[in-house]
Amino acid sequence: MKRRTFGALAAAALAAGVAVPALAQETLTIGAVAPKTGPLAGGAAVTYWPNVQLWAHDVNARGGLQVGDAQYMVEVIEYDDQTNPGETIKAVQRLVSQDEADIVLPPYSTGLNLAAAPIYNRFGLPMVTATATTDQADQLSQQFPNVFFTLGGAQAIVESTVVAMDALRDEGVIGNKLAMVNVADAFGIELMNQAGPAFEAAGYDIVYETSYPLGTQDLSPVMKGAKAAGPDAFIAWSYPPDTFALTEQAIVEGLEVGAFFTAVGTAFPAYQARFGDDAEGVLGIGGVHADGEAFQEYAARHEEVTGAKPDYWASAMVYSSFQVLEEAIREVGSLDNPAIIEFIKGHAFDTVIGVLDFNENNNNTAFWTVGQWQDGVFKGVASTGREGAVPVLAGPDWN
Amino acid sequence: MRLTAKNWQGLALTAVLLGVAACLPLLTTAYWLTIGVTIALYTVLATSWALFSGPTHYISLATAAFFGVGTYTTGLGIEHLPYWVLPPLAGLIGAALAALVGLATLRLSGVYFVIFTLGLAEFIRQIITWGQTVSGTKGIYVLTSITEAHIYWQLLGLAGLVWLLGWLIGRSRLGFALRIIGDDEEVARHSGIHTARAKVLLFMVPGAFAAITGAVLAPRYVYIEPILAFTPMLSFQVVIMALLGGTGRLWGPVVGVIPFTFLWEGISASVPNQTTLLLGVAFLVIVYVLPRGFVGLIEDARARVNRAEGYA
Repeated sequence: MKRRTFGALAAAALAAGVAVPALAQETLTIGAVAPKTGPLAGGAAVTYWPNVQLWAHDVNARGGLQVGDAQYMVEVIEYDDQTNPGETIKAVQRLVSQDEADIVLPPYSTGLNLAAAPIYNRFGLPMVTATATTDQADQLSQQFPNVFFTLGGAQAIVESTVVAMDALRDEGVIGNKLAMVNVADAFGIELMNQAGPAFEAAGYDIVYETSYPLGTQDLSPVMKGAKAAGPDAFIAWSYPPDTFALTEQAIVEGLEVGAFFTAVGTAFPAYQARFGDDAEGVLGIGGVHADGEAFQEYAARHEEVTGAKPDYWASAMVYSSFQVLEEAIREVGSLDNPAIIEFIKGHAFDTVIGVLDFNENNNNTAFWTVGQWQDGVFKGVASTGREGAVPVLAGPDWN
Repeated sequence: MRLTAKNWQGLALTAVLLGVAACLPLLTTAYWLTIGVTIALYTVLATSWALFSGPTHYISLATAAFFGVGTYTTGLGIEHLPYWVLPPLAGLIGAALAALVGLATLRLSGVYFVIFTLGLAEFIRQIITWGQTVSGTKGIYVLTSITEAHIYWQLLGLAGLVWLLGWLIGRSRLGFALRIIGDDEEVARHSGIHTARAKVLLFMVPGAFAAITGAVLAPRYVYIEPILAFTPMLSFQVVIMALLGGTGRLWGPVVGVIPFTFLWEGISASVPNQTTLLLGVAFLVIVYVLPRGFVGLIEDARARVNRAEGYA
């Protein structure tokens, strides 16, 4: 009896197997490559992977992706590149040649996106990056005309930070004395090198300046030094682990400043979860139009589908980059990559961060640069042309 | 130097196999070429690693350090020098660095050496980061017209060079000295062998080759930053592949590299969420089940066949 049941099941499975080719036409394979292990796995787990899940969910919930006259459900293949550019390249190859993915999403982080750019270029795949920061979009888009940039670069972030500080100085909240520190690693170094001259040109006096290695556990000497210099404002070009550690030390030391700025990671929901009311008034890189309907609706869906809140910087940009790809495919009406790339170059897209379009260097020039925790939400206070910035308020009060 | 018929046979066979391998970019899809690059890359790294670590039993985890130095040689030099100068330059820098490290550590016994080499990659990464802080540049862009096939051919040529060098060393007084050091360093010293010098000389070989490999690979990465160039994972993978193949023979590592690349590819493709775990398990299995690697297995089989023939 058992045996016969098994036989029937096998027959049914076989029948289903035969039917699969007909069904397979209804599904599009989406490829995604990003770190699940290695140094960048933490960031990808907050900013990248949940958006892949959410976007696939949203597309399928709408009944699928519209390509010409047909509508296709999407199925995602996820690969871990172990934060290793060689593995990213290999995984993209595998997605295109072995898995025959119909659409390949861009990878995560500046380094891995750029390492993968030649391979996307060779296959002619549209690559709308959302986690790569660069000030060299012109040079890169010449070499790789299929690559688009959306997240901006260090220069704009620094300029906006100066503007935000100026606003506070004009109100008399802070004076001219700045303490500025940075993490001695790629993005931190780049930001610091642009920020020093920019703030000096704006008439600020940098009373304390130092850098610390990536992965430094004890940042109390840095904060003690900053406090002893008696600054009016504190700025750290930091990464997530030290963003948290510096804030912690500032609270412990009772640093009294009119403005407190930490860089990458300040926009994470975990920052607010960790510091609660003490996060109120802290400035950082990123920001969103937090009061906008589009973002609020996106954030609610993000939490409902993935069980986690989006961050207030790149999360929405990652999702928006997927939306750009989706809309371009729908409008072109086929999976013809050269046509999709041409379409992206020449059109504006309605996304969760607002309207997204690209200049002649495939670069989106309107992005959020500085945000601030206000009423438990990290609101954008400065951008390069985004709607919905709120006025910057006086810094945190920890005493 | 007189060569026997068997030597000529081996040399000819190697040349033919390399020639066949060089046709890969002309015959297959881009995917297999990428696999080919991975295999060629680890063949160079693992074979040159085994040239030193095989006879001396010193486990070096410095591959990532030399590789990263080579990557940065190309990254920093590409703006000022023609590309073809850079890999040899990287080789010289790698060899010099290996000599320095060797002088400092190879007089010590094994375990200090392992720890020092592991720390070396981190040490150099911090120096480069410091250099960036001082000079104010961050990641470096390497934009060239070098394709995957060019990289593959360069790596194949490099593999040929490693084998040739390894073969020559094996026939030389240096090779003989190293085998004695590996068996018993005390005996070697009493026989009048300058053990420290022999070890330092040989350590320069993997140092130079790993640096050249890094220099050749840099155009593939486009964007170079310390965290990507000095990934410690590379050092461990090279050790695992070399041990899987077996370090007793010149062709041993490549016998490990090829199956491991396919195993790793299979793991990455089918269980992308557990790659690190399975890498650890693979390491354990290799150490417990195949202590002499595939080379040991093949030679045991050959010995059994020979014995069977002897009785017949």
